[in-house]
Formats: sequence, C-alpha cells, structure tokens
Amino acid sequence: MSEHPVSALETISSQPLSAYDPSLLLEMFRRMTLVREFELRAIEERRNGLIPGFIHPCVGQEATAVGACLALKQDDVITSTHRGHGHLIGKGGDPRYMMAELAGRSTGYCLGRGGSLHIADFDLGMLGANGIVAGGIPIAVGAGLAFHLRGEKRVALAFFGDGAVNQGAFHEAANMAGLWKLPVIFMCENNLYGEGTPQHKQAPIADLARRAEGYGFPGVIVDGNDVLEVYEAVRMAAERARAGLGPTFIEGKTYRQRGHYEGDPMVYRTQEEMEYWKARDPVVLFRRRLLEAGVFDAQTLDKVHQDVLHQLDEAVAFAKSAPIPGPEEALLGVYGDTHNGLVF
Amino acid sequence: MREITFAEAIREALREEMHRDASVFIMGEDVGVFGGVFGVTAGLYEEFGPDRVRDTPISESAIVGGGLGAAMMGMRPVVEIMFGDFLMCAGDQIVNQAAKARYMSGGKAKVPLTIRVTTGAPGSAAAQHSQSPESWFMNVPGLKIAVPATPADAKGLLKTAIRGEDPVLFFEHKMLYAVRGPVPEDPDFTIPFGAANLARAGRDLTIIAIGGMLAKALEAADALSQEGIEAEVIDPRTLVPLDKDALIRSAAKTGRVVIAHEAHKRAGPGAEIAALLAEEAVEYLDGPIMRVAAKNVPIPYSPVLEEEVLPGVDDILAAARFLMGGAKA
Repeated sequence: MSEHPVSALETISSQPLSAYDPSLLLEMFRRMTLVREFELRAIEERRNGLIPGFIHPCVGQEATAVGACLALKQDDVITSTHRGHGHLIGKGGDPRYMMAELAGRSTGYCLGRGGSLHIADFDLGMLGANGIVAGGIPIAVGAGLAFHLRGEKRVALAFFGDGAVNQGAFHEAANMAGLWKLPVIFMCENNLYGEGTPQHKQAPIADLARRAEGYGFPGVIVDGNDVLEVYEAVRMAAERARAGLGPTFIEGKTYRQRGHYEGDPMVYRTQEEMEYWKARDPVVLFRRRLLEAGVFDAQTLDKVHQDVLHQLDEAVAFAKSAPIPGPEEALLGVYGDTHNGLVF
Repeated sequence: MREITFAEAIREALREEMHRDASVFIMGEDVGVFGGVFGVTAGLYEEFGPDRVRDTPISESAIVGGGLGAAMMGMRPVVEIMFGDFLMCAGDQIVNQAAKARYMSGGKAKVPLTIRVTTGAPGSAAAQHSQSPESWFMNVPGLKIAVPATPADAKGLLKTAIRGEDPVLFFEHKMLYAVRGPVPEDPDFTIPFGAANLARAGRDLTIIAIGGMLAKALEAADALSQEGIEAEVIDPRTLVPLDKDALIRSAAKTGRVVIAHEAHKRAGPGAEIAALLAEEAVEYLDGPIMRVAAKNVPIPYSPVLEEEVLPGVDDILAAARFLMGGAKA
C-alpha cells in the first residue's frame, strides 16, 4: 500500500484555528466544498453526456488547491495542470463558465476551444491548465521574470504533480528561477501516482522537496490534506518571494481519490489503500476540525454545502442553455494579427 | 542608402525596439557579455544592462517557456535559440504551449514572443548545427515563420515580429550575417509579414527562393540570362503567413516554377508551396514544379560530403534548364 513516508525535511505546521480570521476559514471551507462538489457534478454530467471530453478530477486534493490559492494575493498568478479545476476555483473561478467550457459552449471560459485541459482566466491570474505535466512550470517562471523586470511585488505559483518533477522542463525552470531568485513558488501536489504508476516507481526519492536543494532554494513538506498547513507554507513562500529571496518548493503530500482520468479502471491500486486515504479526506477533516474547535456549528457548514450545491445546479443549467459554437468559430482566434487572413 | 551587414541590421532592430518599448528584452545563451556566438547582440549588454540583455543557462525549454510566461504578463521578449537544431529541446514550449496558448484560452492569452534562431549550414558544422528546420514548424498553427534573406528584410521583419501580437520563429541564416546591403535608417521602417519580395523580374520561369537561397537564385538567374532565359526570382520573406497570391501570379506569368531552399527536400517548405501551386495554379503550368533542396540525409561534416548534400547554384541551373526543355540532370 502506498503511504507517504515520514520525512526528515523541514516541515510546516499550521497555527491553532483561533489564530485565523473566521471569514477566511469559512471561505476555505466553501471553496474546498465547491471544488469537491464541482468535480462530482462534472463526473455526473459527463456521464449524462453534457461534457464531451475527458476530465481529470482532483477529488481528494482540495486542500492543496484552495490552501495555496487563498494564500496568494489577487494579482498573483498561477499555472495549473491537467487536474486544474480546483486551482481555478481556488483562484476564484466561476463554476458557470467552467461548466460551460467543459460542455464546449461559446460562453465557456475559453469559448469552448480549450475544455478542461486548457481552462484559463487571466483576469483571475489563472494562466491555464495544461495537457503537459511540467508544461506550465517554465511559464510561471517567465511570469515571475516579468514581475522581477518591472519591479512588481507579485508572485507566480506553479502547480504540478509528483510526475512532473521527472520531466525536463521542471529542471530547467527550477534551475533558472533559483539562479535568478525569481518570485516563483513551486507547488508540488504529490498525490502518489503519476498517471497509473506509483510515485515510488517513478523516482528514487519519496520526498520530492529534497530536489529544491539542488536548485539553491528551500524545500518544504506539508500535509497536503491539511488546508491550513498548505496555506501557511504558501503564505511564507510568497513573503519570501516578495522580499526578493527567490523561490520555494512546497511539497503537499496528498492523494488522488479517483482515477487519473474519469473512467480509469485503476487496476494499479488496492481498495484498502483507497479506504485508508478516504479516512484522511481533506474536506471531511477540515469540517470536523472547524466543528470540534467550535468555530462554526454544523448548521452553518451545512448551509455552505447547500449553497454550493445550488450554485452548481445553476452552473449546469447555465451550461445546458449556453450557445453551442458555430463551426465557423473554429477558425477564429488562432492569431492576434491575421495579415488579412493569410496565416490560414 | 548606407550599407550595413545582416547582423548589424538585426542588432539595429533590437536596439531601436528596446529604446522604443521598455517591455522589450532579450534573453538567451551567450547573448550578453559574449555578444552572441555570431556577434549579433554585441554591445547591447553594455547599453541596456544584464536585466534586459539576459544571459541564460543552456535551457531551451526555460528560455522559450520563460519568454512565453513573460509575454503573457505583458512583456515583449526576444529570446534567442543559438542553433535551429536546438529548437527541438524547447519543442513542447514552442509547439504545445506558445503556439496554442491564445487559441486554447479563447483569446485570453496574448503571446507577443519573438524567437530568434539561426538556420542553415555554416560549413562543416555537421548534422546537429546545420539544419534548416523551418518547415517542421509550418505544420503548427499558431506560429509565424520569418525567413529574411537581406539585411533590410532582416531589420524590417524583425521589427514587425517584435511589435506583433503572436509567437514568431525568426530564422537567420548563418551565412548571411556578414552580407552587406542597404538598410533604411528610419526607426519605424518595418516590412509586413505575408508580402513576398520580387527580387528579379523575368518572363521565362519563376524561382521561389527561401532565406539563404535567394543570393544563389539571383546568381543562377544571371547565368541563365546569358543563355537567353529570363528568370523571375521571388523571396516569400515569411513562410507563415505565405504571400500565395504573389507566387501564383508569378507562376501564371512564367508557367514554370523552381523552388529553392536549404531545408531537406522531403516535406520541406517547397513541398507546401508546390502543393499550393498544384491546387491553385496548375492550369498555368507548362511543366512539373521542381524543388532544389538539401538531399534527404543528415548534413555531413566533411566538405566534399556536405557539398554533395546541400543545394547550390548548379542545382538551380539544372532544374531551370530542364524546365526550359533541357535534359533532366
């Protein structure tokens, strides 16, 4: 069975709940619930035929997505992955435009041209999900370079998985960001599987944050199923970046509760393992913690949940009634300058 | 008009655009202190400093991807890939990321990114430093491809690339860097993409010459003129977009077409141009469309072997004479 081994690296702990503004805690809970329910609803609507393409749900990874995004400022930017719905919602994405994009509609975030794998909202600083596991990391470094060149105190955070650290683009980007001390956060969601192969069969080390040392910046490990630990680590990394001290690699140890893609037969892991991790479900854990500490009562959290479900009903209705693109739209928007159509 | 070299023309374009727009910056391997392995960026580091003329690690993915991310954030990066052969190291960032970002995001991503890269065989540089990879990227929607053949075109096209809104692969033939020619001094001199240059007018046949082959085509045309054959020479200047009207017009005028490029013959730029003419201009043609190109083997090291593989003036002459009724070489 795959479990994350105990680490010897620097780890980060969250502060007691009383140290946080309750409105922040409630927003964390709301966004995590929205991510979870968005994924479950998208899976359902794919089965129902509303969503034509494949999707890679992030069920079980809500804490890394939401904890990281809420620790950033509005004008900070992120690059995302194939498992990116949580990242967009974490950054404030609107489920209506998300669902419409997944349904391939003209009013989706990307006019139906990108789908789940390429969803983006530059207004929210979400520079795109990505079909290539390390593909977004150099882009985040470039965004950090732009902030550096203009003297802006902004931060670029690259989300990626444990699989991506074995792709060359990660190495080049991490080296460059470390060399130039760019305001970049390398946010690794180690969910123990790269597609259908366990992490321990893909790299000779289990603590991927150790790689940071080779690039000259700190590597930090957090419990990726603890939203507050993720939040603290990213908050500290962002402070470091804004102070001109360069990148931080944060490894959030987490688990992908569903398949690599929806419909994945998952022959590569056991029922026992999945049960083990379900007992460490980040949304359930955070809800329990909020209740036990008496920050919110069950009624308040139930209301949040109900509102989220209602919001998703609206999102699905929006997507269903959204216009289907006309075939002529396929030829639009490849270039900014088309030279009187010559490029086609 | 004053004459400067192809390399100086590129440097002048870079300098002027960096003065004109603070969002323009340069990065690449050895572009700073070294001044570029071909000397193109010499002096710019001293003038603009290490931030805007940025030496990078040998990391082509991060150079292109870094340029892409900076472009998305409103900069106008000019990144340099030292040899066209090395573009493959940045393949994902060029093909899957930069080329498609605007389209996939429904127009949210804007990618004003210029990728300067050298192309062609400089002589005994062998198979990994001599390729002409232009056509590999013609098959990728979202990219634009410039192939300047003169100093003036190099300056004018580079300024258009930098001021434009899209990712551009800007191919500079290594053997052109020292070539001199008249170049306008007007800082707003630009050359539009998709506008072919009629380098020589003629009535008997058309030679479509790309990049480093333009000078060879003009030399061939002079020789043909001695034989009473007047060749028209056209340089497309950009392969994407392609000024197909100009090519069709010339084909219609002469009825005979030779396409000359240094890229390998199989699926090189000439394959696309020939197919286009076959589709849209076949009724004007009096003979087959001939391609003069590198033979389909890796570019060899030893001079005799290399000369056998690369296309030259003689190959253009042979194709032209065949079209004019001579024997096939």
